[in-house]
Amino acid sequence: MDRKRAFTQLITTLLYNANLKGFVEGRIYQGTSKNICVPGLNCYSCPGAIASCPIGSLQAVVNNPRYKFSFYVVGLLALFGVILGRFICGWLCPFGWFQDLLNKLPSRKLEWTKRLRNLRFLKYIILALFVLILPTFFVSSPTFCQYICPAGTLGASFPLLATNAPLRALIGLNFYWKLFLLIIITVLSIVIYRPFCYGVCPLGAIYSVFNKISFYQLRVNKEKCISCQKCLKVCKFNIYAAYDCQSLECIRCGSCVSSCPTEALSMGFRNKAKDENKKLTK
Amino acid sequence: MKKSVSYVVFILAVIFIVLGVYRDEVVELFTKAIYICLECVGIG
Repeated sequence: MDRKRAFTQLITTLLYNANLKGFVEGRIYQGTSKNICVPGLNCYSCPGAIASCPIGSLQAVVNNPRYKFSFYVVGLLALFGVILGRFICGWLCPFGWFQDLLNKLPSRKLEWTKRLRNLRFLKYIILALFVLILPTFFVSSPTFCQYICPAGTLGASFPLLATNAPLRALIGLNFYWKLFLLIIITVLSIVIYRPFCYGVCPLGAIYSVFNKISFYQLRVNKEKCISCQKCLKVCKFNIYAAYDCQSLECIRCGSCVSSCPTEALSMGFRNKAKDENKKLTK
Repeated sequence: MKKSVSYVVFILAVIFIVLGVYRDEVVELFTKAIYICLECVGIG
């Protein structure tokens, strides 16, 4: 499952950033596919990006006093969310993959203990404040992108500044602030699993709301479950999947499914997963 | 129950997308996305 997921993350990152010549020229893609948002967090100012970032797009539309609310982006996010939920975070997000890779580096690892788990609420505050309230009512800039987003620093700032001298001349205090945040996230990602997804990402906050109703689900067959807690032991977010398979924090990585000795856990689109469970109980 | 909620959300999402396209939100988004976002780069 891990290899399959890593391969999917690699392909997704390449597909989102298929404009490879942009990295060489230091220019961003201007084709019509930028009318559409990708489901994962991928800055539209990344030279490779061939489509738009949903969080950047949401702020761009609400920044305009003519709109104040984006039916288009909210509709797209709801569509992605109701189909896949946080499967997107686990499998289809380049910045999630970046954190996964960092966490593979050898080091002493921290766990998401009960106390640390309270950090999960922070992402809802960031979503409300930096993505919705400030850009809609108080400032005319995408505040999340401007002051927080490390995906923008990694995917857009570095390749653009490396190839574009006039942009380099404009570097100021805010760039160093964002660089500092990226370094913090990078270091934390080595020692604890996906700190950005768990505590900061507004996109994760949005998709978490859909985790309970999405068509794609993690399911547990209670008759097969022997309460061995293996799913809890392998879950990097400390979720006891057998009892909380619809957890808002579950990114559907599938570790619990692979580790289950009785195949009580399954993942898939709702009916398919249900049928699988029925088959198993027969 | 949950299944019907999912379908309602799915239909609402499609309606929202159509409404957004009708309101020309896509033009706003496109205009932002095809030029380098200085804020995203950290120099705006």
